[in-house]
Amino acid sequence: MKKILIGILLFSTIAKAQVPTPSKLSVKPLLIKGATVHVGNGYVFKYADVMLRNGQIERIDTFFKDQDFTVYEIINTEGKHVYPGLIAPNTNIGLNEIDAIRSTRDYNEVGENNANIRSIIAYNTDSKITPTIRSNGILLAQLTPTGGSISGNSSIVQLDAWNWEDAAIKTDDALHLNWPRMHVQKGWWTEPGDIEKLQVDKEIKALDEIFSNAKTYCSSKPDILNLKLEAFKDIFSAKKKVFIHTDGAREMISAVQFMQRYGITPIIVGGDESFLIPKFLRENKIALVLIRTHNLPSLPEDDVDLPYKLPKILHDSGVLYCIADVGAWQQRNLPFQAGTAVAFGLTREQALMAITKNAAEILGIDKNYGTLEVGKSATLFISEGDILDMKTSKVTRAWIDGREINLDNSQKQLDKKFRSKYFGE
Amino acid sequence: MLIKRILFCIIFILFSYNIFAQTGTPVNGAVDNYERITAFTNCTLVKDPQTKIVNAVLIIQKGKITAVGSSIKIPAGAKVIDLQGKWIYPSFIDVWSDYGVPKVQNKTNNPGPQFLSSKKGAWYWNEAIHPEISANQLFSINPEESKYLRDIGFGMVASHQQNGIARGTGFFATLGDDSDQKQIVNLNSGNYFSFNKGNSTQDYPSSLMGAIALLRQFQYDAKWYKMAKPTEVNLSLEAYNLSSILPHFFEAEDVQDVLRVDKLGDEFGIQYIIKGNGDDYQFVQEVKNSNASLILPLNFPDAYDVEDPLDARLISLSEMKHWEMAPFNPAILYKNGIEFSLTLSGMKKRDKFWPNLRKAIENGLPEEYALKALTTNPAKFLKSETQCGTLDIGKLANFIITDGNVFKEGTAILENWVLGKQNSIIDWQTIDYTGKYTINFQDSVYKITITGKPWQPKAELQPKSKGELKIALKNGFINYQLLLKNGKSYSGTSYKTGNDITLISNDSLGKSVTILAKYLGKADVKEDSIKKKIESVVPKFSMPWQYDTNSIKEFIITNCTVWTCDKQGKMENAEVIVSNGKIQRLYNNKTFLGRNIYKIDGTGMHLTPGIIDEHSHIAISKGVNEGTQSITSEVRIEDVINAKDVNIYRQLAGGVTTSHLLHGSANAIGGQTALIKLKYGEAPEKLKFQTDHRFIKFALGENVKQSNWGDYQTVRFPQTRMGVEQVFYDGFSRAKAYGELKKTPGYRIDLELEALLEILNSKRFITCHSYVQSEINMLMHVADTFGFKVNTFTHILEGYKVADKMKKHGVAASTFSDWWGYKYEVADAIPYNAGIMNKAGVLTGINSDDPEMGRRLNQEAAKTIKYSDVSEIDALNMVTINPAKMLHIDNRVGSIAEGKGADLVLWDGNPLSNYSKPVTTWVEGKIYFDRNEDLKKRAEIAKERQRLIVAMRKAKKDGQNTQKAIRTLEAEYHCED
Repeated sequence: MKKILIGILLFSTIAKAQVPTPSKLSVKPLLIKGATVHVGNGYVFKYADVMLRNGQIERIDTFFKDQDFTVYEIINTEGKHVYPGLIAPNTNIGLNEIDAIRSTRDYNEVGENNANIRSIIAYNTDSKITPTIRSNGILLAQLTPTGGSISGNSSIVQLDAWNWEDAAIKTDDALHLNWPRMHVQKGWWTEPGDIEKLQVDKEIKALDEIFSNAKTYCSSKPDILNLKLEAFKDIFSAKKKVFIHTDGAREMISAVQFMQRYGITPIIVGGDESFLIPKFLRENKIALVLIRTHNLPSLPEDDVDLPYKLPKILHDSGVLYCIADVGAWQQRNLPFQAGTAVAFGLTREQALMAITKNAAEILGIDKNYGTLEVGKSATLFISEGDILDMKTSKVTRAWIDGREINLDNSQKQLDKKFRSKYFGE
Repeated sequence: MLIKRILFCIIFILFSYNIFAQTGTPVNGAVDNYERITAFTNCTLVKDPQTKIVNAVLIIQKGKITAVGSSIKIPAGAKVIDLQGKWIYPSFIDVWSDYGVPKVQNKTNNPGPQFLSSKKGAWYWNEAIHPEISANQLFSINPEESKYLRDIGFGMVASHQQNGIARGTGFFATLGDDSDQKQIVNLNSGNYFSFNKGNSTQDYPSSLMGAIALLRQFQYDAKWYKMAKPTEVNLSLEAYNLSSILPHFFEAEDVQDVLRVDKLGDEFGIQYIIKGNGDDYQFVQEVKNSNASLILPLNFPDAYDVEDPLDARLISLSEMKHWEMAPFNPAILYKNGIEFSLTLSGMKKRDKFWPNLRKAIENGLPEEYALKALTTNPAKFLKSETQCGTLDIGKLANFIITDGNVFKEGTAILENWVLGKQNSIIDWQTIDYTGKYTINFQDSVYKITITGKPWQPKAELQPKSKGELKIALKNGFINYQLLLKNGKSYSGTSYKTGNDITLISNDSLGKSVTILAKYLGKADVKEDSIKKKIESVVPKFSMPWQYDTNSIKEFIITNCTVWTCDKQGKMENAEVIVSNGKIQRLYNNKTFLGRNIYKIDGTGMHLTPGIIDEHSHIAISKGVNEGTQSITSEVRIEDVINAKDVNIYRQLAGGVTTSHLLHGSANAIGGQTALIKLKYGEAPEKLKFQTDHRFIKFALGENVKQSNWGDYQTVRFPQTRMGVEQVFYDGFSRAKAYGELKKTPGYRIDLELEALLEILNSKRFITCHSYVQSEINMLMHVADTFGFKVNTFTHILEGYKVADKMKKHGVAASTFSDWWGYKYEVADAIPYNAGIMNKAGVLTGINSDDPEMGRRLNQEAAKTIKYSDVSEIDALNMVTINPAKMLHIDNRVGSIAEGKGADLVLWDGNPLSNYSKPVTTWVEGKIYFDRNEDLKKRAEIAKERQRLIVAMRKAKKDGQNTQKAIRTLEAEYHCED
C-alpha cells in the first residue's frame, strides 16, 4: 500500500514537472467584470467589463444593462487590471533552451545568406522557458533567427500549443538581415590597435548582388529553383516584411536607402542611435523595434539614461516603435523595460502600447492582436496590479484566443516544493 | 744602424700608444689611431642646462673633454675648428631604447593551456620573468638606427630587450659606428620591467592584476633566495640578486599604471623610474606624491578627423581632450616638480620628436628643462652623471653642434660628435651662395636673390613675371633651372667666381651658354614675422562627469519619507541632518530643530541609504579574471581599480554608492576583492573603502571546471565538481602547513597561501560564486573541516534548496532576482529564491554582476515583492543594509542612522517602484549625482566637445595630420569574462 502511495506521489510530481497542457476553448462565454481595462492603444476603461465569446472579444463597456449574463461565466475582477496579451518580437524562445549548451541552440544557422531558413519548424512548444514568460503576460512571440548576413525568416506564434503548427499565427512573417557595421571598436589590453572594418562597402555590394539577383529571379520564371532567391518572392510583393538589425545612425540610413531602391520599407531592429535621426525615420515611415532599453548608453558621454529615454524620444518624434529584448528567458522582463520608460516621460498607457498595439502593428498582426477591441482575438490577461511595475505586477489568469491557459510553470512548482519543506505552506 | 733606430722608434711609439689604447683586437696592417686634440672655438657653449658660455672654447682628446671655458689656451698641435655663430650642446641621452638589440620572435602558441615555462633550464617558473637576460650580450651596432638617432641629436642610449615582465638588464652605450666594443659605456644600466608578458606563451598571467601579483611574488622570492640560500638553484633569481642594486625601470601604459608601478615599488623599497604615456596630467597630484621620476615619450596624438558629426560622436571627450592636453603634459609635470626625461620610445612617429618638443616648449616647458630632460636627467637616472649629461672636463666628448639655439624653430643640428669622433649631419662649411645678384641675359635684366642657410639655398627671380629660378646645392656647385615665361628654359650648373656666380648651360641647340650673375651685396635677411609669444593657458582637466567640489558641509533634507533600513523602519515626514559626511540627526519633523543650515526640500520624495552592490565588476582595468590557474588567491582587484570608468557615474545615477569589485569566476579560488566608494573623479586609491576585513572571490561549478570553454580547455584540474572540492582541500591544507612554516625563520613568503591563511584565521572572508545545491553544501563542509565560516554565497541560485543548511552555517546569500537559462547549472534557478532564503532566515541580498543591472538594483529588489510577497522594507534591505552586513560594513553604511556615513539617495518616488529614479546621490555627504547637475554637465560636455571638434577641424584645415575617428572599446566585465 505504502509502495503504491509512493508510486502515485512520484508520478504526480513527475507529471507536475511537465510543461502545462495546452488548454481548450471554453464553451461558455466569459464576462470579466469590473476591471481596469487597458486597451493597449492608449485608452483605459475603469470599472469595465470585458465579454469573451468563441475566442473573440465580444464586447467591452463600462457597465452592461441590456444583456442577459446567465450563460456567461463571470469573473469578478474589481480592483484588478486587464491587459491585451503582450508581444515579444525578436526572441528565440523555443529555439533556445540553455544558452551555454550547443545542443539546445537552434537559432543561429551557419552561412552568410540564409534567406531560405525558417524558424517556425524548430520551435519547441515544450520549452520550459515558455511558461515562465507566459506567467508575466507575454502571450505572443516572434521567433527570430540570428547570425550571418541574412539570418532567415521569423514566424509569429502564440505561446500555448501542442506543436509548432498549432502555435503559428503567422508563418514567415519577415526576413531578417544584419546590416554591415561601419564602425568597429578598437580593441584593448591584449589586442590594442585599430581594426576598422574596411569591407563594409564590399559587404553592402554583396547584399546588393543578392537583392538584384532576387529581383530578377522573382520577376521571371527561372528554369532552376533557387531556394535562397525563392525566399524573396513575398518580399517584393510586400507580403513578407524585411527586418534589419542595426544600431548605428549611419547604418540605419544606409540600410533604409538600400531597401528603398528595391521598393521595400524595412523595419529596423536595434536602433540605439535612433535618437539622432528621428526625422529621417519618421519621414521615411520607418518603424523601429528597440532592443533592450535596460541597457547602458553606448558611448561614455551619452546621457546616462539615454536607453531608458529612447521610447519617449521616439514617441515624441512620431516614430512608430515597439520595445523588445533578445534571447528567451529574458522576455519575462519586457513589461518592466516598458515601465522604465514611464519613469522617463511616457504615460503608462503609452508605455504599454510599446509592447502591445505598436508591436502588433510592426509585426503585422494588429488585425487580431495587440489591443482589446471588439472582434479581436481574446488574447488577454488579468493582473492584480500594474504590470509595468515589478512591485505590483501579478498575473493571475490569462487567455490565448479565448482559451484560458495554465499559468503554472516549473519555477512555481519548485517554489511550492521548498516552501512546503521549510514553512509547511 | 739607422734602420734599427728607426725601427726601435716605431716600436717604441707603437708600444707607448698601446698603453693608452689597448684593445686586444688584432689590426690588419699598421695601426692607425692617432688621437688628435681638437679645439672648438668661438662658439656658444651650453655646458649644462644652467650654464651658457659665449665665445667658448671646447677641447677634446681621446674621446673626452679636456678643457672647456671662455679663455682657454689652445694647446699646440690641436686642430682648431672655428664655430663662429654656432652652438654646442651636450648630445642627448635616451633612457628607454632597444637600440642594437634584436627584437624577440613571437612563439607559436599551441592550443590548450601552458602551465609552466617553455624555457628549458634552471630558470624562474614563469616565462615572462627573465631577469637573466643581459642585453649587452645581444648588442651590436645598428648603423642605420645610430645615424637616425644622431641626426636628431642623440649621442647615447640605454638599451634593453623590450620583452616580458621582468626583462633583464640593459646597457648604456654611445651611438658611434666604429666598433661594438667601444660603444658600451656601462655594461649594466638597470633592471627593466613591464606589465606585458611579451612573447611568453605561458598562460599565467593573463591579467594586469596577475602581472602585478607575479612581480610581487618574484620580489619576495628574490629576497628569500638571497637570505635563505635554498638548496634549489634558480638562475633567474641569482641573476636578479646580482643586478638588483642597479636602477629599476618600468614601462607603464597609462597614468593609472604609473601609480600602480610606484605602489608596487613601495612594498619592496624600490623606486622605479617609470616610462609613462603622456597622460599623467590626469592624476598629476598622485604622480607627484609618488615621488617617481618619469620617462616621457613625446607622443602627441593627431587630431581626429571629425568632419562628419557621426564620426565625431565615436570619439569620447577624454580622447578629444587628450589631443589638447598631451602637448601640455611636459609643462604640467614640470610645474608640479615631477622629474622626467624624454624618450623616443613609444612615439608613434619618431620624426615628430622635434616638432613635438618645440610644441611642448611653446606650451610652457622651459628650454632649460627640456635640455635637462634630454641630458642631465637621463644621466642621473642611469647613475652616469660622472660620464655624461654635461660638457664638463673629464666627461665623454659627446656633443652636438648647431647653428643656433637648438630649441628654436629652424635651427639645424650640424654635427654630432660621439666619443670625440665627428659625425657630420649637414655639410655646413660649404660655399655660401647667398646674396643679391643681377644678370643680364638675352637683353633682359633680372635680379636674383639667394637666401636661406648656405647649405639650403633658395633663389628668387625678379621680376617674377618673367619666370622662375630653381636651385639646389650639390658638392659646392649650384644646379639650377631657369624657366622663363617666354617658354624657354635653361638648366645647368654654376660655381662661384669671387663674389659672382657663373652659370653654365647648353641652350636648345647644344651650344654652351655662360651667364654671369654679378654680386650686388648681402641678401636682406627677412625677419621671420616674429611669432607673437602667446602665453599658452594650460587647459583644465577633469573627468567628463566630475562635479566641482561642493562646499556644503552641513545640510538638512526636510519633509521626506525616510527608509532607514534600520530599527526605525520607514519614517514619514522625517528630516535628516548631514554634517561633515556623516548623518548627524534623524528625526520626525514634528520635533523640528529649526537649525539655520542649508535646506534641501524633500517634500514628496523618499530618502534611502546608498545602494550597496555586493557583486560588481565595474572600474577594473585590464582583466577581471586571472583564470589561468585553479588557485590565484595572490591576485588583487585593488591593484587594478580603474577610477576613470564612466560606469562609476552611471551607477551613482542609479543610487549605488558602494560597490564590491570581484574577481571573475574562472577558477575555484579567484582573486582578492576590492571595496570602493563611488567617489567619481577621485584617484583609484581614494576610492577604496578602508576596512579591516578583506574579501576574496571563490567560485564553483561550470566556470571553474571549464565546462563551456571549448574543446581545448579540458586539461586544467578540476574538470568536475568532485575535483573542485579537492582544490579547496589541497589549498587549505597547504595554507595550514604554511601557517606552521611561518613560525620558523627563513620561510618563503607565498602570496597565494598568505591569502588562504588569512581565511583560516578569519581575517579574510569568502564570497563564493555558486549555483547548485551540491556544491554549496560541499563548500560549507570544507569550511567546517578547516574551522571557518563561508561568509557569502554569491549568485547562489539554488540556495533555496539548502536554505536551512545555509542558515545553520551562518552564511549570507547575494543573488540575482531572476536570472536563469544561460547554462545548465542554472536550469533550476527560480525568481522565488531570494524570497525563500530571506524567509528561512538567511541574510539575503540582491546583486548585479552587470554594470547595467547595477544601476537598477532597486527594481531588482522589488522583484522579490512580485515573486515572493516580500515586504517593501525587506526588499529594500536586500540592496542596502543586508549587503552592508555581508561586507562587515554595516556599522558605517547601509542604513540611515545617526553617526553613519552620509551615503544617501533621494528618490522622486517609492524607491522600489519602476517609476522612481534617484534625484540626488550623496557619498559621505558630497553630491556625486544630481539630476540638475547632470543636465548642466551634459550641456557643458556638449559645449566642450563642440569646442574641441571645431579646434580639430581647424587643425585639419591647417594641414595638420589627422587620425580616423574610430571608437575605442570600453571594457565591460562580468564574472565570466
